[in-house]
Amino acid sequence: MINNLTILPIVFQFLAGIILLFCWGKIGIQKTLSILLSLISVGIAIWMFDTTWKQGIQISHAGNWDSPFGISFVSDVFGATMVLLASLSGLAVSMFASGSLRKERIQFGFFPILHYLLMGLMGAFLAGDIFNLYVWFEVVIISSFVLLTLGGKKKQLEGAMKYVSLNLLASSLFLVGIGFIYGLTGTLNFADVALKIAEIPNRGLVNATAGIFFVAFGIKSAIFPLYFWLPAAYHTPPAAVSAIFGGLMTKLGVYSIIRCFTLMFGGDEFLGPLFSVVAGLTILTGGMGALLQKSMNKTFGYLIICHIGFIMAGFGMFTELAIMGAVFYLIHDIVVKTNLFMISGLVLKMNGTENIHELGGMYRNHALLSLLLAIPLFSLVGFPPLSGFWSKIFLIQGGLESREFFLIGAIILGSFLTLWVVGKIWLEVFWKKAENLPKQADGKYFHQMSAANRWLMVFPIFFLASVSLFIGLGAEHIIEVSRKISSDLMDTGPYIQAVLGNQITQP
Amino acid sequence: MKSLIFRTASDYLLPLLLLFSIFLLLRGHYEPGGGFVGGLVASMAFLIHSFAYGLTQTRKIIRVNPGYLMPVGLLLALVAGIAPWFVGLPFLTGLWFSEPLRFIGAVSSVLVFDIGVYLVVIGTTLTIFFSISESV
Repeated sequence: MINNLTILPIVFQFLAGIILLFCWGKIGIQKTLSILLSLISVGIAIWMFDTTWKQGIQISHAGNWDSPFGISFVSDVFGATMVLLASLSGLAVSMFASGSLRKERIQFGFFPILHYLLMGLMGAFLAGDIFNLYVWFEVVIISSFVLLTLGGKKKQLEGAMKYVSLNLLASSLFLVGIGFIYGLTGTLNFADVALKIAEIPNRGLVNATAGIFFVAFGIKSAIFPLYFWLPAAYHTPPAAVSAIFGGLMTKLGVYSIIRCFTLMFGGDEFLGPLFSVVAGLTILTGGMGALLQKSMNKTFGYLIICHIGFIMAGFGMFTELAIMGAVFYLIHDIVVKTNLFMISGLVLKMNGTENIHELGGMYRNHALLSLLLAIPLFSLVGFPPLSGFWSKIFLIQGGLESREFFLIGAIILGSFLTLWVVGKIWLEVFWKKAENLPKQADGKYFHQMSAANRWLMVFPIFFLASVSLFIGLGAEHIIEVSRKISSDLMDTGPYIQAVLGNQITQP
Repeated sequence: MKSLIFRTASDYLLPLLLLFSIFLLLRGHYEPGGGFVGGLVASMAFLIHSFAYGLTQTRKIIRVNPGYLMPVGLLLALVAGIAPWFVGLPFLTGLWFSEPLRFIGAVSSVLVFDIGVYLVVIGTTLTIFFSISESV
């Protein structure tokens, strides 16, 4: 269905960035405006999701040029769900940043860049054209460079160097892949490519192109063996930035993999085994890496890798049930991972360190808060009935269905490793007595901050924890959404029909 | 660079280059030119002026902080983008006046977009340049 407002979430974030640029240097106003605008953005995303859910795929052709020639923005249920999750995380991070960030960072434009990052993410989720997807990737990457280096500490710059160089490599590979696609099919529109690429006799070349895309997105989503930049970079910026990175940036890579490999290279015989092997190894390396870490942020960084593997595993199995599990996992993971990095930011503010051996006594000193923090931590492990549980059931069921025992083993071992890691964090940070906390942290402690700022740090954690609780307890709604998404992904006919409909009916 | 020749030249170059940049901006849609090149030429004009007279003088003739040109330009581009929504057309569709205007030529929402680009380019270039030359 043609709907000119499909592009509204992107445009709104753009507007938010502009408004915040006008308030350059006015910190108080920027904070309030950013939270307010993020709230409106959530409203827009809910409206988008609702329209897409009820009326089917929404399309807008920028500049009134028909698709395959112009750039289409397509909001199917998958894209709309991702936009909704991005705006929810954006709201939480905007609040958390208002409470926790130092003045100097906000002065150098944290909030406008945050909104431009969100704009890029939403653009990528709604892009119906592979080159447009690339452009949104660039928007996201440029904003993330700024966010990563804002503050300019030595540690940050070191992490940023690894991040920048690998992401530039990934971008150039992506561009090469796009060149191949254009050379093979003469079009860049997802739907059009999907139709034309199936008819190309030279399957070797198509597979090579798919391989290039796999590596490019693989670097961005941190799968085995291309993940090493992630733990190096994600623990360096302040918690608010890590939260948006950990929650959404790697998921953007996963989203692109899913979009490209279901729609363009649908169900390729060459990629199934590759996906499975890579997914299994990603789970194992991520989980084992997490075991060894002392810093909370680095631990969570490795857990991101591990759980990216879960999502990939669902696509390695490539049955509808498994994909449903993977999509469910993706939805749950965005919320939980954003929350985890905010938690480690909160713990850092409270104790002046995030080294789990030095930390301790959280439960004794802040019992209620610890219970709140338990929700995302144990959702991550997948304690029934919390949100991680359902997706793993579907993944394992899907694995049994398609007899992928290696992947089932990896998933179970990965869950076990996650349990171990989270159990260790719980033991060390919450139960153990605090003995060697540092005497003086840089910056203010939590209890020295104003009450409003303290609320701004705790409330987003509460907010995302309740979203996780909803995903876990109201699982039937999420299952319904994931089922719709997975059936859309398996059967791309309606998508192609919706995008190219007017061409197909015309003689 | 306090040479008399350079100063005198820059007095003439500033208006000439600014005029040329507007010329480039206006011919942009169908012929080579446009907001980006125009903006670069305009910021070049201010650069030459600042070499000749120093930063404070240049800031004085620009009057606004060039940093503010960026959001203004972005806002213009956004307005040009969403204007078609109000007549029921998709984002970024070009809306044209049916009759071309005197001197300016065909006017459209595309031109507004280009003016936005023009301002953003001037704002960015001058901000970068000013902060570099201030810190040196």
